[in-house]
Amino acid sequence: MTDTSADTAAIRDGYMQQARRKRLYGGIILLVFVALMASGFRLADDRNAGGFWSGLPNVFDFPADVIADTWPKLNQLPGHMAYFFPALMETINIAAVSTLIGAGFAMVLSMLSTRGLARWPRLIPVFRRAMDIMRAVPEIVIALVLIFVLGGGPMPAMIAIAFHTAGALGKLFSEVNENADLKPVEGLQSVGATWLQRMWLGVVPQVSPNYLSYALLRFEINIRASAILGFVGAGGIGYELRNAMSWGKGRFDEAAAIFLLLFITIVIFDQLSSHVRNLMIAKRERGRA
Amino acid sequence: MTDAALYAEADRLFARKKLLAFGLPAVVLIYLAYIFFAFDIPGLAERARLDNARTLLSDIWSYKTRVAQDNRTGTVEVAIEGERKGEYAPGTEPDWVRIAGTGTRIDLGDGHIVSFAPTGGFTYAMPGRDPIVARLDGRSVVSNVTDAPDWISASRTRFQVETSHGRVSLTRNRTELFRYFPGWELFFFTLDSPYHGASVSQLFGDRIDPARANLSGAWHDFWNNAMWRHSDVAWALFETVLMAFLGTFGAAFIALPLAFLAAKNFTPLGALRFGARRCFDFLRGIDGLIWTIVLSRAFGPGPMTGALAILLTDTGSFGKLFSEALENVDGKQIEGLTSTGARPVQRYRFGVIPQIIPVLVSQVLYYLESNTRSATIIGAITGGGIGLLLTQAMITQKDWEEVSYYIILIVLMVMAMDSLSGWLRRKLIRGV
Repeated sequence: MTDTSADTAAIRDGYMQQARRKRLYGGIILLVFVALMASGFRLADDRNAGGFWSGLPNVFDFPADVIADTWPKLNQLPGHMAYFFPALMETINIAAVSTLIGAGFAMVLSMLSTRGLARWPRLIPVFRRAMDIMRAVPEIVIALVLIFVLGGGPMPAMIAIAFHTAGALGKLFSEVNENADLKPVEGLQSVGATWLQRMWLGVVPQVSPNYLSYALLRFEINIRASAILGFVGAGGIGYELRNAMSWGKGRFDEAAAIFLLLFITIVIFDQLSSHVRNLMIAKRERGRA
Repeated sequence: MTDAALYAEADRLFARKKLLAFGLPAVVLIYLAYIFFAFDIPGLAERARLDNARTLLSDIWSYKTRVAQDNRTGTVEVAIEGERKGEYAPGTEPDWVRIAGTGTRIDLGDGHIVSFAPTGGFTYAMPGRDPIVARLDGRSVVSNVTDAPDWISASRTRFQVETSHGRVSLTRNRTELFRYFPGWELFFFTLDSPYHGASVSQLFGDRIDPARANLSGAWHDFWNNAMWRHSDVAWALFETVLMAFLGTFGAAFIALPLAFLAAKNFTPLGALRFGARRCFDFLRGIDGLIWTIVLSRAFGPGPMTGALAILLTDTGSFGKLFSEALENVDGKQIEGLTSTGARPVQRYRFGVIPQIIPVLVSQVLYYLESNTRSATIIGAITGGGIGLLLTQAMITQKDWEEVSYYIILIVLMVMAMDSLSGWLRRKLIRGV
């Protein structure tokens, strides 16, 4: 009897020691992390043009200016918004087309880089690397180079975003493909279908709901990206925002209209895409049950 | 159900599938056609500047050396990229340029020889053609070329010959020659460094500069290279990563407690939940672009502004993601803890946190990678990090070799962060 209780005591001591050590390690890691964050913020603050603490009281200056400029001309706001609506449409169009084109390329790339589906299995690493590189290039880099060659306008932004989207979606799509059932593909192969037919008829129907949900998420991200690219000269609402900002203090009412348009658009598409994705998840779960 | 009804049902299904299979591509095609005209793609050919594309491409893989003569004083300068930082000191010019008081003789290879006249003007001798002579006549530029081919451009004020071996031009003030070479000549050392042109074995051999040990001296000259500014570039890369790091983890720290407020199973009070959720939507809805503009007005350009812009946007994203994760936690663990008499704090610590940590860590690490890219973009807008260097190099419209160098660095940086976050994800989530 005493033996077993001594054993349990030993086990308990061992366990407590282990738990204490684990807690200690966790505490140390957390401490180091917090110290890293704090020193990082100090460093970033030092290298910033204006300090954090000296700038903090001014955070609301700009929003206050914008509101002060807009308030007396509130009746003009709907007019401004209507005026900038075509530019907003251009931004959304850039995002939509680049998502479409990017998703198309991503589909092909993802199939070429998934084991079991690839047309040329030896080239899988090549396509993977290519997607990694495409994903790593920030849109702004390609857009700026293309603006130099093609001139301003929506095309540079579209190509830049589509390029990045192809890489980003390609990776997600190939993860989806890995879970696809290969039986339809084998069945199609046995009746002599070409690679394109096998993919289009055997794989795409299985994976298209997931593709769609990822593409929707990407569309929302791309709207933000295309607004930013406009700001560096590639047309759309971002370009108008840059112009409106350059009017300076006292004339920020146009900028306010653009801020509002951008905010509403992003919120709408954010809610829309999460709603559609939730619907699809619910549908899939119903299908499974 | 009768057979007829089943058939009708099947037919209806088929009809719907058919409509979808043909309708969807048709809609996409119509949309693309609309875009084709809305974006004025037919007019692109006119707007595109193919000469820009050509300078860009040739500049990426080659560098040019400029030989320029001031026609009034007769002084000749030889400089790489035509920049002061790349100037050859008098007497150290490359051997294909021979400067003399009677005229400078430049050998472009393959029998292409250009001679500058000391008072302005040049003679370009090439195989299989009479020499081209251009000189100054009073205020105007004249030449012996009567019927100019398209590689010669002649006007009253400027005469230019461009061949595969180089480009020579004459204006009233200046006689100028550009010769292109492959490579990035000053990438390691500028011309004023004694290590320029030294081979690797020489670096490990006797002291090149008697005052310094070879390796430390070479490192110093490389690091402080005035043309490529390696130390500034390294700092800029670090700043960009710092922005992403601070923004992502700062957002995670702020979003975690707020996410409890927005989760249905932890905050029964509807009003509070609604408030927290709308707060997240608001933070997310104001795009990073707008945050950047607002913040840079208060804090000025720099990494702090970028970090805060990322932090604010991502607090919204993380808040939403974390609160969804919290709503999906398994209640059984919490119940079990409650049954042993655990206090609320202990219930959260041991019942909830272990369940959401994997989701949380993997999301945060995903964002760390994508924020490295965002930090580059924000840096380009507000001015900070590698994004700033990139836009600066682009604005000059001639330092394309630097632009391509920065692009390569950015791609490598993002890929490195990608593998780092993937590695950490595998390591941490397996460990938990």
